[in-house]
Amino acid sequence: MIKIENLSKKYHSKGNSVLALDEVSLSIEKGEFISIVGPSGSGKTTLLLCMGGLIHPSVGKVNIDGASIYDMGIKERAAFRLRNLGFVFQTFNLIPYLTALENVQIPLSLAGNNNGNQTERATQLLEKLGLGDRLNHKPRELSIGQQQRVAIARALANNPKIILADEPTGNLDPNTTNETVTYLNLLNQTGITVVMVTHNPGVAERAQRTLRLVDGRLAG
Amino acid sequence: MNLRKIILKELLERKKQFLTSFIAILLGVIVIVAVKSVSNSSEKAIAIQLDNLGANILVLPQTTTIDNYFAADINAPEMPEEYVERIANSTIKGVDNMSPKLSARMNIGEHSFVLTGILPKNELASKPIWQTSGFADPGLQAACDPNNIMNTSHGYEDPKLQRKVIDSLGEYDCITGSDVASKLNLKEGSPLEINGTEFKVASILPQTGTVDDGRIFIHLRTAQKILGKKGVINAIEIMGCCSAISEGLLGNLRNILPDTKITTINHIVQTQVETNHTMAKFSVIFLIIIILVGGISIGNYMWSNVEERKKEIGSLLAIGASPKDIYYIFIGKALILGVIGGVTGYVLGTLGGMILGPRIAGVKVLPVPLLFVWAVLIAVGVSVIASYFPARRAAKIDPALILQEI
Repeated sequence: MIKIENLSKKYHSKGNSVLALDEVSLSIEKGEFISIVGPSGSGKTTLLLCMGGLIHPSVGKVNIDGASIYDMGIKERAAFRLRNLGFVFQTFNLIPYLTALENVQIPLSLAGNNNGNQTERATQLLEKLGLGDRLNHKPRELSIGQQQRVAIARALANNPKIILADEPTGNLDPNTTNETVTYLNLLNQTGITVVMVTHNPGVAERAQRTLRLVDGRLAG
Repeated sequence: MNLRKIILKELLERKKQFLTSFIAILLGVIVIVAVKSVSNSSEKAIAIQLDNLGANILVLPQTTTIDNYFAADINAPEMPEEYVERIANSTIKGVDNMSPKLSARMNIGEHSFVLTGILPKNELASKPIWQTSGFADPGLQAACDPNNIMNTSHGYEDPKLQRKVIDSLGEYDCITGSDVASKLNLKEGSPLEINGTEFKVASILPQTGTVDDGRIFIHLRTAQKILGKKGVINAIEIMGCCSAISEGLLGNLRNILPDTKITTINHIVQTQVETNHTMAKFSVIFLIIIILVGGISIGNYMWSNVEERKKEIGSLLAIGASPKDIYYIFIGKALILGVIGGVTGYVLGTLGGMILGPRIAGVKVLPVPLLFVWAVLIAVGVSVIASYFPARRAAKIDPALILQEI
């Protein structure tokens, strides 16, 4: 369960400050599929990154399964992310000089798996996502949809409890968008909590619940 | 997959960028290793040369330099052989051995050698001074008492000095250095034609690592005849009693040979020490250059690399990498750069020294293993220090700023 209490985040830049999140409180139950929508600059990504332990809030708390992640040290929080969270990004953020298999192996390696286990698990995940014949291809040799599937496989590598997806369909065509959301739905059906930021209403509708952010506040 | 593999894969992916920094550090290490190898070998060679010289005083024509003497310059000035007589017939005390020499560079086949005419002991022994000093005795009992506390040299008890004295040498006998023998495929008893005159190889000297390896020693009279330089010599090597040197032997020699240059081994050593000091200064200058140019180049490369890989770093942090892992990636890369630069620099620098040493400094350069350690330490040190701040910046990157895409 994700519990957010009075979360505010203020960015400071060149003497100006911008309030990206303004006292947001919400709860997400285990196994939910949530979409977060809102106009550009409304604080969607900031909220997602705060949930992922990647951005320290100015005020407020983020509890995941009872653990207050910002009370942890940097190293401890990194280990927490490694064990519990999986990220999917709009531009996939695959490492360009590594193959699909190696990209999926990274989180497994960081979690301390040996090379044999890494290869077995990464191959299994990529085959499940229909990329069994693309294991040794680098991202530039894959289609956009295939790259996103590699990113999903990477997010799933360490059996996370939560998937945080930041505009996962933002760069995809309608077919691939449908395919990606279907994968997220399937993952959700296995018990994984999915929190997805999107500006696509059609995609947002496929989540169980939609949260709308406007000017850093939850609306409605 | 592990962090090491990530470092290597990234290096291979961006080879050109890596190459620029690599060359900067490589060139620095090559120059340092080459200069140090040459100076090191030069120091050793001079030590061996002086050791093998078997004399502690050199009498040379006024306009000759030490370099002329060792290089057996074809245009080296000469002096009358009568000077030997002058010393032998004088009442100067402390001259325990004397060896007049006439040297000239000449070609045999495709090879260039130094022909050196010497007077064997049996001829010198006929001079009055040797008879009175005891030089002619088989045991080489010197007038210089080794037990004298003023005498800091080993005197005649030093076998290296003794071996320089050649008992006898036939008119058409020759003694060759090891390089001469190997290049001309000579053995004891082999015939050898020099300037149309046939000689017999009486013996072959063991390798010394000095110019003596490339010398052919023949009788002084024969050398004067075939070189057309009757009655002249290039140098007189003298074994002087150390206490006598301190008591004014050099001044006495200068009095009877005013138009000559009389120098002691200390003077020769001093020249070489100054040369080696100059080379040491060069090494320091190159060390500063490598630190500045190599360090700036690597630092700049690493800084650009961090900027270029911000998104990748953000992704790794999001996935679960810790800032320490990011440090490891960049410092590990600097380590690889330093180790490869140091090892390659040592190998190429040593090869460079081996090729250029004989041409520049006239010495045979051998690899110096200690320089390997220094080359790697310097290259790794410069590389890691230059990469420290870029690595720290990478580790402190805020993934949120990098990953915000909307």
